[in-house]
Order: sequence, then C-alpha cells, then structure tokens
Amino acid sequence: MDFRQYLQQNIVYFDGGTGTLLQQAGLALGELPERWNVTHADVVQNIHRDYFNAGSNVVVTNTFGANTLKFSKTELAEIVRAAIENVKIAANTSNGIQEKFVALDIGPTGKLLKPYGDFDFEEAVETFAETIRLGEKYGADLILIETMSDSYETKAALLAAKENSTLPIIVSCAYGADGKLMTGATPSAMAALIEGMGADAIGVNCSLGPKQLKSVVEELLEVCSVPVLVKPNAGLPQTDGESTYYDIDDSEFAEYMAEFAVKGARLLGGCCGTTPAYIAKTVAATKHMTAMPIADKNISWVSSYTRAVRFDKPVLIGERINPTGKKRFKQALIEGDEAYVLGEGIAQQEKGAHVLDVNVGLPEIDEKTALPLYIEKLQAVIDLPLQIDTSDIVAMEKAMRRYNGKPLVNSVNGKQESMDAVFPLVKKYGGMVVGLTLDERGIPDTATGRVEIAKKIIKEAEKYGIAKKDILIDPLALTISADKNAAAVTLTALREIKEKLGAHTSLGVSNVSFGLPERAVINSAFFALALENGLSAAIVNPNSAEMLKTYYAFSALKGLDENCGEYIRFVTEILPTFQPAPTTSGIAATATIGDGDLSPLKRAIVKGLEREAETACEAALKTSSPLTIVNDEIVPALDIIGKAYEEKRAYLPGLLMSAEAAKRAFEKIKQRLVQTGEGGAKKCKIVLATVKGDIHDIGKNIVKTLLENYGFDVVDLGRDVPSDTIVQVAGEIAAPIVGLSALMTTTVPSMEETIRKLHEKLPNVKVLVGGAVLTEEYAQKIGADGYAKDGLQAVRFAERIYNDLCKYS
Amino acid sequence: MLDKIFVKNYDAPPIDRREILRYAGCKDDADERLNALIDECLHESEPFLSYRVCYYMFDVKQILDGVTSQTVQRGLVGCEKAVVFAATVGLGLDRLIARYGATNTAKALVLQAIGAERVEALCDTFCQGLERAYGETGLYARRRFSPGYGDFALENQKKIFSALDCPKNIGLTLTESGLMSPTKSVTAIVGLQSGKRQEKTGCEACGKTDCFARK
Repeated sequence: MDFRQYLQQNIVYFDGGTGTLLQQAGLALGELPERWNVTHADVVQNIHRDYFNAGSNVVVTNTFGANTLKFSKTELAEIVRAAIENVKIAANTSNGIQEKFVALDIGPTGKLLKPYGDFDFEEAVETFAETIRLGEKYGADLILIETMSDSYETKAALLAAKENSTLPIIVSCAYGADGKLMTGATPSAMAALIEGMGADAIGVNCSLGPKQLKSVVEELLEVCSVPVLVKPNAGLPQTDGESTYYDIDDSEFAEYMAEFAVKGARLLGGCCGTTPAYIAKTVAATKHMTAMPIADKNISWVSSYTRAVRFDKPVLIGERINPTGKKRFKQALIEGDEAYVLGEGIAQQEKGAHVLDVNVGLPEIDEKTALPLYIEKLQAVIDLPLQIDTSDIVAMEKAMRRYNGKPLVNSVNGKQESMDAVFPLVKKYGGMVVGLTLDERGIPDTATGRVEIAKKIIKEAEKYGIAKKDILIDPLALTISADKNAAAVTLTALREIKEKLGAHTSLGVSNVSFGLPERAVINSAFFALALENGLSAAIVNPNSAEMLKTYYAFSALKGLDENCGEYIRFVTEILPTFQPAPTTSGIAATATIGDGDLSPLKRAIVKGLEREAETACEAALKTSSPLTIVNDEIVPALDIIGKAYEEKRAYLPGLLMSAEAAKRAFEKIKQRLVQTGEGGAKKCKIVLATVKGDIHDIGKNIVKTLLENYGFDVVDLGRDVPSDTIVQVAGEIAAPIVGLSALMTTTVPSMEETIRKLHEKLPNVKVLVGGAVLTEEYAQKIGADGYAKDGLQAVRFAERIYNDLCKYS
Repeated sequence: MLDKIFVKNYDAPPIDRREILRYAGCKDDADERLNALIDECLHESEPFLSYRVCYYMFDVKQILDGVTSQTVQRGLVGCEKAVVFAATVGLGLDRLIARYGATNTAKALVLQAIGAERVEALCDTFCQGLERAYGETGLYARRRFSPGYGDFALENQKKIFSALDCPKNIGLTLTESGLMSPTKSVTAIVGLQSGKRQEKTGCEACGKTDCFARK
C-alpha cells in the first residue's frame, strides 16, 4: 500500500533506538555505525526484524549520518543501497503481518550553517540531496528527516527532499528542555516552516523522554494541519555511579505514548534507549484506538528562525526598510552602508513591529544580489519574520530560497502574468503572499471591482494548492487628496473581503494621506477605521507614536488584549522612548576626565550619552553649520576621551560609549547633509575584514566605529572573508589602507596569505593588522605594515598614512 | 563507570561583575554610566542565555593512550578518572552580540564580556557539581584545561567533538578552521583525583604572566 494512503487511515508505528543496540552488538565508540550496513548486515537486519516483529510499520534505515561529509560518494552509494536492502530483508523475514515500509533516515550534518557557522546553505542542500537521490533510487518508501536542531538546516534538508524526490517526507526535530530547538525555534515556528513547504507529517524525536516532551507535542497537535509524529527517548539517562540507564521502562513509555495517541498523535515510535519491547508495548496499548482524523487548523502565519507570527490578531509590519521617498535610506543602500539598514530594522523591532518589510529596489542597485544579501544580513541580527518586497521575480525567488523560516511575500496581483510567476514560488518555498487588487485593467474604482480581483487571486492560487489562509488580500489604500472617496472604497472592500471571502487582509496604511500636511493625523484615524473594518495586517511606520497609540488602543478596546497588558507595556516601555532626551546639564562631571565646563554636545560625547548627544547636535544644527559642529565640537570631544584612554584615565567601554554618542551626532549631521544635498567630507577609504576561517568580529567592529568617528570611509567586508575578495575590493575602490583582524592562532596563516597577496597585487596598499593573538613582532613576521594594539592605535596609523598621502599628492 | 554521554541544563550561575569588567578591559571600578550599561546588557541578554553542558567520563588510561602533551600528562597525573566536557551559553547571545556589533559596539563589547564571564561561571558550576557528586567517594576535581592551553594542541578539539557529539547534545559546532560556534563555549578535561587538593588555582596557576586578563 502507498504510505500516504496508509497514513490517512491508520496510526503508524515506527521503530525505536538502534544506536544502543548496535553498541551492545560491539560497535565501538567513534566507529561509524553506517558502515555496519555493509560489514555487519546480519546484525543490522536482526535489529530491524525485531522491530517489525514488535509491530513497527516503518523501520528507519541505519543512515543517520550517511552523507558526503563523512563518506566518499562511492561508499555512500553502497551504504545507502545496503541499508535499504537490510530493512527490506528484515520486512520479508519478519513474522509480523502489518503493513511495512522502509524510511530513508536523514540526520543533521553536525555543522552549523552560515552566518554563525561555516556551512553554506546551498552546500547543505546538495549534501542532503546526494543521500536522498540514492534513497529514492534504491527503493525507500518514504523519507524521515529527523533530530534536526536548527531551522535553517531543516529547511535545507526538506528543500533537498522536495527537489530530488516525490516520496512522502516526514520532518522531525529535537527540542530541548526549554521547549525550543538549539538555535531557538519554537514548535510553532517549525510547524509554520515545515508545513508551509509541504511535508507530509511533522514531529518531535530524541533529546528527552515523553514526559518532558509533553508540552511540545501538545503545541504541535494544536497547530499542525498534518499528522504529528512522536519518537521520544526512553526518558533521561541516569547513573547510580556504576552503570547508566534510561529512567522510563517499556510499560511507562507505552502509557505516555497512549496518552499522545488519545490527543491525536498519529505516528508513534521511540528514539535513544528504546528497544523492540518499548514498541511492542506501545502497539499493544494503542492498537484498539481509531486513528484521529487530521483537521485543518486553518492558521495563517509566517515565521522566522525563532518564532511564528499569526494573523488572528492585527499584525504590524514595519515599512522603514524601503528607499521610496527616503533620501537617507537611498544613500545608505547606494553606499552599501549595511549598519544603517540593520539599524532601521532593529529600531522598528524595538518599537514593537511584528514583521519587517524589506525592499531594496533602486535603479542603482542589482536587486537580484542585494535582496537575498540583505535578507541574510537582517536575519543574522533580527529574529522577526520578514516580508520580501520586490517586483523582480528572480530576486524574489533567491530571497525566498535563502530565507530562514516561512516568509511573507509582497506581492502578487490579479494580472495573469504576475500570478503565473509568483504562485509557483509560494508553493515551492512555502510562503504567505500579499495579493494586490489590481489587474491588467488597473485598480478598480469601486469596492466591488476590487473584491472581484481578490476572488480571482484566491481562485487561481487554489490551482497551485495554495490555500486561502496563505493569502493576505490588499485592497489598496489610495490618497484622499486625489479622490475624496478613496478611503471609503478601500474600507468597504476591506470589510467585504473579510466577511464575504473570509480572507485575511493587508494595507499600506500611510498611502491614504499622500500630499496632505500632518499626515500622522489622517493616517492614525484611517488606521483605526481599517482595523474596525477587519484589517489583519498593516504596513506602517513603527516610529510614529500616533500609529502605535491607535494600534494598542484598538486592541485593548476590542478585547484583543488580555488585562490590557500589551497596552500597559506600550505606555510604560515604548511610549517614553518617543520623548526627547534631557540635556546633560544635570549630570555630574567625570573627575578623571574633567568635563565640567564643556558645551552640551561635547559633554554628551565625552560622557557617552547617546540620546543626549543626538538632542544636543540637533540643537547645535539650529545655529551652526554641520562642518563647524564636526570640527569645533565632535572631533575635540573625541580627542578628550581618546587622550584620557591613552593615558589610562578611561577604559575601553568608556571610549566606545563616547564613540557611539559621537556616531549618533554624526547621523544627525548626515541627515542634514542629505537634505541639503551637500556631500560630507571624508578622509580616505579603508577596507576592513576578519580573515578567512575566523568568525570573531568584535575587534574589527570596534576599529570600524572609531575609524568612522574620525572621518574615514570604511568598507567593512565582514568576517570569514577570502583573501581574494579582500584584494579585489581594495583594488576596485583604490583603498590605500586595508585593516585585517584575526583572533586565533589557527587563522593567522590566512592573514599572512592575505597580506602576501595584497602586497603582490597592490604594492601601494598599507596593511594594518590586529587581534588577540598578534603582537608587534608577530605582525612584522607575517609582513604587515602596521600593528594596532587597540582601536585608537588603528586610528593613529590610518591618520599617519592619510597625512602622508595628502603631503605627496 | 559512565558509558553514556550526559547532558545537563543549568539555571543561571551567580554573576560576578568584577569578571565582566575585567573581560571588558576595565581595571578599576565602573562609573555610573558603565554600571548602567552592564545592567542594561545583563537584562537584555538574560532571555537569550542557556546553560548546557555535555560530558563523558573516561579512564585516564584511555585518554593518555598515545598522548605526548605535557599539559595533559601534568593535568591528569595521579588521576584514575577524567571527565571530558563541553559547555556553552548558546547561540542566542552570539546573535545579540552581532546585532550590536553592527549598531552599538559599546554594548557589543559588554555583551561579549558577559558571555565570557557566563561560560566560565558555567564551567565552575559544572566542576563544583562533579566535586559534590564524587566527593563522597573521596575524589576531587582538579583544575580543568582546554585545547590550546600549554602544549595541548587546538587540533584536539576535533577528537573532543567526536567523542561528545557536541552538535547533537548541546548544539555546539566546530568550523573547518577549528573555531567553536556558538562562540561563548568551552571544551575542557578535568581530572578526578583522590586525596586532598594541593594545587594552585586560577591565574596563579597559569604561566602566561603578560595576559591582559590576569588578575
């Protein structure tokens, strides 16, 4: 019988642990168990047969770590072939009369994916793909991706399975005692991702016993619209000092499993420490039960690598990562100023946004490279789900593929061409998509016209198997300054889409006030009306206090906010951040530095007060030119703290707090310069990088902050950067200085290689090095032109080179 | 004898602010502003920290088989048993450090210092736990030592990782270049010896006298 068919009607029994049983049969610590498929086929077959005899429907191949990282392609093929044959032989020789299936087992690679590890996403996909192709070739009935502890690796494995096989796929993760994956995902976040990509069942296995996994299983059963697999360990390992054992026996295990089955778990098995006896008892305790039908939970959600965001309460989507109408943002994108873009994201999260829209479309930018790159960079530091916002279909696919979680996609519309291009991507990568109510004829003037397009979009999506729950219809907010009825039409359409079509909705709220003064007044009132008419998601500016006030007040008034808890948190924690910072006059002077008689801006910088520095700089800009402020206030203030640091009257944290305060003041200066169209005067370009193989970058980031403070134009290549990239960029932008960082002795050779190549190809470039393991002598030995013990020394070195350049040019 | 790899989750060990200051590069007491920054960072990092250790107990004979390192031999002299362990405070903190590495280096520096203090505190808690567990049998835990210390080569990380299956047990991975991720992690060997404690501990016991972090 076909596995998918069998799963629909029955409780399916898996096998239990094999590792412990192989060890009992003589497998040594450190020996690769997958080789035993070939060398000890009889032992492996006996274990499999015992499980079939105990009543297992599915026995999993002994291929947990069978991948090209551990085995050559030839050996891997032989192992997978033998592993599948072993299960088949066991099935044929078992006395069990139940339906029997072979599951190809796919375990994690043991490597962490980039950006926090060094394993590339596509490499991971290809690694899994190789094993999966073999599994399909040699006749597995289904694929079990199991013991996954990271959402990104899970996505890579699932994607590999979908791209290389048509077999049923079950995806199971290992949750810790905190109920999350090692890298932070909740069961809901994983369910959104896995179900979105179309797995046949979702599960939990390993790491803990059934007792500790109860809350995880319950959460999965509550949210999953596909069958749930439960494969726990035999409790927790214990020791009496002499021997070790798991603390739950077969009878107790079966009791827990029966409880899970009553609650609706449909695939039952065991993991570490469980034996055929555990499975036999589980089968005995549950075989009289009828399989619970699988209900569609009808949840609309997106996810990041830690959390899921559901649309059953109104969702705030931050709109700030978008160059449209934002000069400063445009400038940052063109200059490749990642820190600014990330800062915009972080600020919106701090203000309470639930999802962030990401749009980097500019004529000067290649969106196909830039969008996936920014998605990755943002995901490295922000754990909110993202909305991939682009009209470039190639950029959209690349970004969706790389996205860690279930993305929101903005957007599809009623044009056939748009639907033909976007829906296949949504189906493949498992996103939720915004559908704009416009088509070949434009935007209908009437609510009815827009509802008709919404219907068309929902109907077309169905053809691809994309459910209505994965669509957010946007009936489009147009400005009332052009048409006085514009808002009324949108609101009517909103209500009808919600009530008649039963679909969720989304709106770019701020468009309504385009061309009017004091837009926040109109926007917040329109926002309240839209929410009352059933708006599910609003693309808004979270930096607008008015919008947030409306949102939290609405939720509280509509009974969506238990005990008004979120409203109170908003008023006490977020609202105060909208107040301007106080001046520095009331703050005591620092005795060791002597800041008693300084101007407010200098004082704020010397004391490292960020918000005060911002306020003081704004005040100063009312009377002085940007250049005067930089030369007479900011630079002298930096010199005061720099000198104190060099004379050991101040320490590194103090120096950096001042640098951050100065950065805030500089940002105000930049904003002014962008508005007036002037360019800021910068010193020369400097390329910074942490060398290949090294993932530590705090030192490099400190150097960058200080160099920027002193007016250098820093191009930061990040960490783990290949030598050729450094040489190439330094050459392209003609940077006279390259700064390299390495923390470990193991990565110094990589630094040495980079220096050699730089000197070879770009003889005029001066290379400055730093990092925990380096010394002056060591730096000389590997050929560096300079060594900086700390960030300030790096500044001094750069100034020396820069002054020489000015002298001779 | 333990024939399994054990995994333990801990509650947050007590915080030592002086250690945090030391790792942040401060030799004196913190001023008001820095204290406020440390408080802010402690508060912000708390939900992102997890405290996990996995360990395996070996016969010292097993470990010393073929080992020439003086550091290892000295560290285990007179011991019958030794515990090899890996400890991590998790990836969440690395993400937080990266977040501020891009936007606020002062906070990144302090968070980094907090991570260093936290993982050392976790190791201390774990080793004290060993003392409690084996104290009755008259064993005490000697000073722990890690790959990269003395002549105990960094390459041994690979062996420790394969013996403890760190990725699966505590989510700790090793890059091709031998770096650990999450970064705020420690692998170490600790000998269990019978009798009374005699050795020096802490910085006193270390030969690197020009260390920036020496107390």
